[in-house]
Amino acid sequence: MDIHSQAHARNLKKFGAEHPEVLVLTADLSESCETGYFRDTFRDRFITCGVSEQNMMSIAGGLAREGFIPFVHTFGVFIYRRALDQIAMSIAYPNLPVKMFAFLPGIMTPGGATHQAIDDVAVMRALPNMTVLDVGDVTEIESVLDLACAIDGPVYIRMLRGEVPRLFPADEPMRLDTPRVLSAGTDVVVVTSSICTEEALRATAALRAKGVSVGHVHVSTLKPFTLSKIADVLGAAKHGIVTMENHTVVGGLGAIVGEQMTDVGLRRRLVKLGLQDTFAHGASRRYLAREYRIDAIALVEEVEGLMGTRFGITEGDLAKVRIEAIHSSSKAEAL
Amino acid sequence: MPGARVIERNRTVAGGIRRRVLEHTLKNDGGYLSQACSSAEILATLYGGVMNLAPVPTPLMPSPFAGVPSAHNPQYRIGNAFNGPHQRVSDRFILSPTHYSLILYAALIETGRMDEGSLLEFNKDGSSLEMIGAEHSPGMEVMTGSLGQGLSQGIGMAFGRRLKQEPGKTWLLMSDGEFQIGMVWEAFQFMSHYGMDTIGVYVDVNRQQCDGAMRSVMRIDPLADKLAAFGAEVVSVDGHDLEALYEAGLTPHAGKPLVVLCETDPCRGVPELRNLAGKLHYVRIKNDAERQRYEAILATFGPAVE
Repeated sequence: MDIHSQAHARNLKKFGAEHPEVLVLTADLSESCETGYFRDTFRDRFITCGVSEQNMMSIAGGLAREGFIPFVHTFGVFIYRRALDQIAMSIAYPNLPVKMFAFLPGIMTPGGATHQAIDDVAVMRALPNMTVLDVGDVTEIESVLDLACAIDGPVYIRMLRGEVPRLFPADEPMRLDTPRVLSAGTDVVVVTSSICTEEALRATAALRAKGVSVGHVHVSTLKPFTLSKIADVLGAAKHGIVTMENHTVVGGLGAIVGEQMTDVGLRRRLVKLGLQDTFAHGASRRYLAREYRIDAIALVEEVEGLMGTRFGITEGDLAKVRIEAIHSSSKAEAL
Repeated sequence: MPGARVIERNRTVAGGIRRRVLEHTLKNDGGYLSQACSSAEILATLYGGVMNLAPVPTPLMPSPFAGVPSAHNPQYRIGNAFNGPHQRVSDRFILSPTHYSLILYAALIETGRMDEGSLLEFNKDGSSLEMIGAEHSPGMEVMTGSLGQGLSQGIGMAFGRRLKQEPGKTWLLMSDGEFQIGMVWEAFQFMSHYGMDTIGVYVDVNRQQCDGAMRSVMRIDPLADKLAAFGAEVVSVDGHDLEALYEAGLTPHAGKPLVVLCETDPCRGVPELRNLAGKLHYVRIKNDAERQRYEAILATFGPAVE
């Protein structure tokens, strides 16, 4: 697998050179949010706010009113938990183009409950005018700035940092409300977001080797989300659908899919993997993924449950799966 | 230094603000009357020369409410037209406590920026002249009223204008109760760090809040000392002294924000309010006897306009 480091840091600097209206705001987490290259290159467009997120959010709203595009960078928890009223009234209500880069989505950090944004999708997608994006690989990190700036309004972006794999070809950028149909299947379809997509690729490969017809859809826009774009893919799954998300199952990807399945009258069983209405704690990503069943083996177990079969897939089998960048079908409905 | 004519005109404006708010309090059996009594001279001074606002050619008539802002609502407008078109040199005004909205509407009328007939729509369903206004209401430019957020939004605007090298300033009216809020001090910390001197804040120090007198709810003293310690240029004035209010706005404040603490009387001009035993946040007219006493006070303000 192709692994990249500091992808956002490099891309942000490049984007900043092309867009003089972009300002970066940080709340004492500059390096932790990969803003160092931008800071060192565009000193006068880099605004340190100190540990004062409420003030930072309302300032971002004011800057946007003067024609700038503030890129607010901090950990997700400090955006939506500390400053929700400021986001709602200073940014979302006036539909201002403030782009929020929320690092450490879900269980990405050993920092524990204080640092883990486990309910941000549920909170942020409830805000009118808000767009919610959730990147899953380096290609999406590299294309999310163009996408976010093309949106007329505020955007909340669940961002990945450090070493991130490339799952999707570099020439297939992230697009708004356009799920990536990675494969079609007639037994079960899995729908994943964020880091769960890489995990699911291991599971689907192992299941396919056992003869299971498994479809896989990656979702990077959580709001707006138009399920009818993938209704045919989901409807083909005769045993049911499994969602897996780096978030609580209350109000996140699984809930979004479930809400819209009823809207379009799609009657299938839906299993939602994710944090089951619980906080997490400080431990490694791998350990937490296993503990809270947000990993490949958990996905295999749920597919087995829906199909009423055991395939004898071991964790060793899953670890051996080799993942290459995969093209998605450009015509989801045609599958 | 303002001339005598300017001060006399501002005195007329302040009287007009008080009268109009009292009229509507009677008409609606209640209203934010004490805030008009405390802040009439402040608004009159801000709109009467302290703020550099582009004129409006003729008093404007507000449009009805045109829906909330969204990417799909091209009809949406903020209320800045009443403050004149945005220019590089012109100032911006932010009313932070939006329960003062009627006071702002009255100030716009008294200074020839809004048609006086517009107040017939005050607090009517579907009107943009809401009782607690929003950014679409006349004279409003940002979404305030969730207390404490006005200052930081103003800082963002001022910081952005500094980057664009625009000379215009940002002025706010804040209430003293807002200084109980943490983010307000974050804002002063920020302004001090960045040496922001294009912001001026007039504070209505009426020492009242929703639950009663601030001394019984949460004290903020010594406010002037705290603000000075946070790096602001602080001037304290009698909030009903029109000359002092005007001169305070001219105080040099290079490298730091200006704060004018206006010591005010929430019963000024309407002594009947002193009978409310400190329950001043929202005044209700409870019976005919009370109504007659307020009407007698209104009569002393001169003839009704509407």
